[in-house]
Amino acid sequence: MPRYFTDEHEWIDVEGESATVGITDYAQEQLGDIVFVELPDTGTQVEKGGEAAVVESVKAASDVYAPITGEIMETNSALEDDPALVNTSPEEEGWFFRMTIGDSSELEGLMDDKAYKTFVDSL
Amino acid sequence: MNGAPFWCVCLPATGTDDLSDEQTTEEAPPLEQLPLDAWHRAEGARMVPFAGYEMPIQYEGIVAEHEWTRTSASLFDVSHMGQLSISGENAAHELEKLVPGAVTSLKEGRMRYSMLLTEAGGVIDDLMITNAGPHIALVVNGATKWDDIAHLREHLPDHITLTHYDDQALLALQGPKAGEVLEALIPGAGELTFMRAGFFSWDGVPLWVSRAGYTGEDGFEISVHADHVSKLADALVADDRVRPAGLGARDSLRLEAGLPLYGHDLTTQIDPVSAGLTFALSKKRRDIGGWMGHQACLTRLTEGSPTVRVGLTLEGRMPAREGAKIFAGEEEVGIVTSGGFSPSLGHPIAMGYVKPAHAGDGAELEIEVRSKRLPATVSPMPFVPHRYFRGS
Repeated sequence: MPRYFTDEHEWIDVEGESATVGITDYAQEQLGDIVFVELPDTGTQVEKGGEAAVVESVKAASDVYAPITGEIMETNSALEDDPALVNTSPEEEGWFFRMTIGDSSELEGLMDDKAYKTFVDSL
Repeated sequence: MNGAPFWCVCLPATGTDDLSDEQTTEEAPPLEQLPLDAWHRAEGARMVPFAGYEMPIQYEGIVAEHEWTRTSASLFDVSHMGQLSISGENAAHELEKLVPGAVTSLKEGRMRYSMLLTEAGGVIDDLMITNAGPHIALVVNGATKWDDIAHLREHLPDHITLTHYDDQALLALQGPKAGEVLEALIPGAGELTFMRAGFFSWDGVPLWVSRAGYTGEDGFEISVHADHVSKLADALVADDRVRPAGLGARDSLRLEAGLPLYGHDLTTQIDPVSAGLTFALSKKRRDIGGWMGHQACLTRLTEGSPTVRVGLTLEGRMPAREGAKIFAGEEEVGIVTSGGFSPSLGHPIAMGYVKPAHAGDGAELEIEVRSKRLPATVSPMPFVPHRYFRGS
């Protein structure tokens, strides 16, 4: 199952026709203590680069953009009661939403694990 | 991921005031370094631009630092703040012409919260005034210190000496264990009570210690020469009860304590009466006047304010931030000036300005956040009770 990364510090796991999206460990580290995650409604159409979710840390609100175009299929209800999951397990239990893959060619411009690591090291 | 910069303590200021803490990357002058810069980095701080300095926003994390401050003691570096003094014949009397609080009656070693005001009653800055004996000591906000200096120099007579102690660092030790910690290090310092100050010596280093702070907890502010601040900071955190804390926790602590933050809850567009700071207008001086902004404040006192500062509590977990509009039904009745998640209370809190008709405790309002309306209740401040040391 390939995992891609965006330069906005989201990860996206592709599983057949759908994909799971979250923010990276680097992103949660930068945001600090996360107190609330506003997730999109199931059925929402999102566009690549468009606003999909909002992460509220103690400090500030930050937008999370959709890494690809598609429809929101499911959101991680565990984040409602325990948004700190994004801090403790950003790349597993702290996932944000599952979505359809509207245009698989959009995946081509994304980074793989190695490229993302190089990108983060350059910051 | 995008939006507010990660380091942003509060979302961009909304007023016309240009004294915000925010730095824009295009216009910001080169950042200055604090005397403790290397110390912060060695302690694992994340440094961010604030008030013209690179400053520590957090070390281990804002919530952990916040909770440590409420239960033990935290060391904050507030060396960005302006440490000034005025001296000369009738210095207290001359300063009184620029602030609404009494200065001439301030006894030696006592301090008072006050404000510099415009003629129109707008707050140029809020500050601490201490009778330090030979001079009057002022501590002003970091982002506004240069404007404050210009304002003071413009309005104080030439024979009054204004000194900027830019070689002094300022540390804040805050928390319920701050008193016992400092007493162990500097015998006698723990006997100061809230809003009193004095000279002390530690390991041959002269210190000016005030029992004050901006977290709502007991604590101290310690002025020390930049050459010795690293040694003092080491000595303080060598005590297991003390950990370093950054700007992030300082902001969430002061919000819980209901204390206004200059550039956000106080600006030149806001007067002390609207801000609920009438306690800082000396009763006698309200009548006799003779201070800049008096007439404007008197008008507010007699005729009321179009909007007044209130505390707001929100349910759930979604915070309302600075700039969010406040509604009573369909009517827009105010705006949030500070807001965030309260680590101590476990829900969001905010401060804002609303029309007086909606300012009563318990008033049910709504705050608009990303086109959602969040229920908010007007609540007395402080949200978390102050625990100042007024004597045993």
